[in-house]
Amino acid sequence: MSTNVIMPQMGESVAEGTVVKWLKKVGERVERDEPLFEISTDKVDAEIPSPASGVLTKILVKENETVEVNTVVAEIDGEAARVATPEEKKQAAPPATVPPALPLPSGVKAVTRVAAPPQRVQGEGEKIRSSPLVRRIARENNVDLTLVHGTGLGGRVSKKDILSYVAQSPIGGTVPAAPRPIPSAARQSAGPRMAFSSPTEVLAMTPMRRQIAEHMMASQQTSAHVATVYEVELTKVVEMRAQHGAEFEKRNGLKLTYTTFLIRAAVEALKEFPIFNSSVEGTNIVYKRDVNIGVAVTLDTGLIVPVIKRAGEKNFLEIARAVQALAERARGKKLSVEDVQGGTFTITNPGAFGSLFGIPIINQPQVAILGVGGIEKRVVVRHDAIAIRPMVYLSLSFDHRIIDGALANQFMGRVKTYLENWDEPVI
Amino acid sequence: MPVLTYLDAIRQGIWEEMERDPSVFLLGEDIGVYGGAFKVTAGMLEKFGEDRVVDTPISESAIVGAAVGAALMGMRPIAEMQFMDFISCGFDQIVNMAAKIHYRWGAKVPLVIRGPSGAGTHGGPYHSQSNEMWFVHTPGLKVVAPATAYDAKGLIKAAIRDDNPVIFFEHKFLYRRIKEEIPTGDYVVPIGKAIVRREGTDISVITYGAMVWTALEAAQDLEKDGISLEVVDLRSLLPYDEETVLTSVRKCNKVILLHEDTRTGGMAGELAALIAERAFEDLDGPVVRVTAPDTPVPFSPPLEEYFLPNAKKLMDAVRTLAEF
Repeated sequence: MSTNVIMPQMGESVAEGTVVKWLKKVGERVERDEPLFEISTDKVDAEIPSPASGVLTKILVKENETVEVNTVVAEIDGEAARVATPEEKKQAAPPATVPPALPLPSGVKAVTRVAAPPQRVQGEGEKIRSSPLVRRIARENNVDLTLVHGTGLGGRVSKKDILSYVAQSPIGGTVPAAPRPIPSAARQSAGPRMAFSSPTEVLAMTPMRRQIAEHMMASQQTSAHVATVYEVELTKVVEMRAQHGAEFEKRNGLKLTYTTFLIRAAVEALKEFPIFNSSVEGTNIVYKRDVNIGVAVTLDTGLIVPVIKRAGEKNFLEIARAVQALAERARGKKLSVEDVQGGTFTITNPGAFGSLFGIPIINQPQVAILGVGGIEKRVVVRHDAIAIRPMVYLSLSFDHRIIDGALANQFMGRVKTYLENWDEPVI
Repeated sequence: MPVLTYLDAIRQGIWEEMERDPSVFLLGEDIGVYGGAFKVTAGMLEKFGEDRVVDTPISESAIVGAAVGAALMGMRPIAEMQFMDFISCGFDQIVNMAAKIHYRWGAKVPLVIRGPSGAGTHGGPYHSQSNEMWFVHTPGLKVVAPATAYDAKGLIKAAIRDDNPVIFFEHKFLYRRIKEEIPTGDYVVPIGKAIVRREGTDISVITYGAMVWTALEAAQDLEKDGISLEVVDLRSLLPYDEETVLTSVRKCNKVILLHEDTRTGGMAGELAALIAERAFEDLDGPVVRVTAPDTPVPFSPPLEEYFLPNAKKLMDAVRTLAEF
């Protein structure tokens, strides 16, 4: 019985996908749910698991080829590998999801292969094999099971897996030597290592690169970009982290990061100045009820901006949790389309790589974007004396079509005041 | 402390209770002059006389009926079934009389029916059954099945002192194979309390009777593979100790239910239902049964071996579940 492997649809508006890499060769054996190939689409990059166990008999779409969704990209022969047991035959074609069962008739070892959904890339509604216990532990510890590596039968997340995942939550709390406000991925690679056979080598942009390129140009052509830069003292914030970081982590299993402080400050300012949470449609200004904060995360392959939905209604801890979950999903290539849509304001973090400050391009259709420079101790003047304080440059790019400089500076003044006089409890 | 076999421990328990309480008496087939088919009552006729050690005709219905009547009149009869397989001839007296009298009239029925059950001795289909579940499904009875000599003595004493009809399943395979130091002096093992025979962390094996030893043997072997089994000995099947079962499941999060009885309608199914109802969110894997198949006990020794659960079959199930 052979199974067709198709290009999955990674979100409603996505019509095509590019096979970036085949992880198996023709003739190689692949287990159901084992990663089979990597794809790249406009919205997300993902590893696609095999829909069936068997031998990869045909690869129909080569690497870097782009095809429409539902195109057959490969074939897997389930019977070439071995003779299926009657039990397995009964389970018929792959798409049917069979509930887990492990019959052990009086000690006779018989393991039923349990079918899992053919695609495990979509964050929402994704089915992770676990157990009632694992799901309870996940719920109690606010763990997203898609992030936990399963070592059980067929990749099932076991008790051991989730306990070690929970135990591994990072530690820290005091001011790091080189603080990195926004949890970012590994350093972005400078592109592929080139082996030149001629003076130039031509490589097609990945779909994600193409998308970023188009999006950035469109933004520059749409908005009247102006920037303002503020210097903000973070003594209070640093004190909060030093005092409560360990306790915060103990209670919640996640680090007390600068990002959460910055998002909270931005949210407060956005509530006070709603025009920064709007967009322009023709000659109308569309104000948005929900404050959805996008946080730029660097990936090896580009940049992605997962969105913290309804950040205006979330407290400090809820925001911290959302940031952590999204950053993990982004790095694990597990973001869903919903995760990256609906942002109303964006925060980006050039400081992570040592920049003093950057002048970001607005993420359309938003009207402003906050850039966070590197946090470091600097010499400043306080009460006519020289003092050493943790400082950061915050930059705001805004759309001068609807926001004037005075307003932008009031907005930034609010952000600055909030951070410098931090009195919101974090525990 | 003196070393006693499982059989001698039962005998000593009965002996001490007969010395302690003159209302305790024995009845059964060949229990007097012959001392019982397995010699559980050896020497009792000489010691206690024929009024208290009564040889009966071969009629389990009559034995149980007489015992129920005596119990209603204030005696504490201990009826021996030569093999528990033959208890079915007294079934009506047990399930419709002994079990229901207290509910109908509020009268006490302090009756013990005891005898050898279980396979492993090439006894064939009529001398090897584990038929405890016929009675576990009968409200009004108590059902016990000791695995150790200590428990055999402590539970027979508790059964004799209990005002309810107690069906006491001895395991004939253990009669002379299990030898233990038993404390001198009076003690009872309470009915309805399980015991953790071995502490473990990975998988809980819940069992009773001869299979307790099978589980302990497997646990020792699996230790080398780094798999830690917890072994729970139920000891009592009705009522059974829900809390000890659930505590062990909540600790190990994986569970195997092991018994020598056949599969369908066995104790394992009852325990699985309890666990699903009350410990669902503590499970990290399927609840697994290791039992005999749904057939009579075969006479042929190789077939009997195939039929019975053993340490190897248990270990296979453990390894599969450990990997799950």
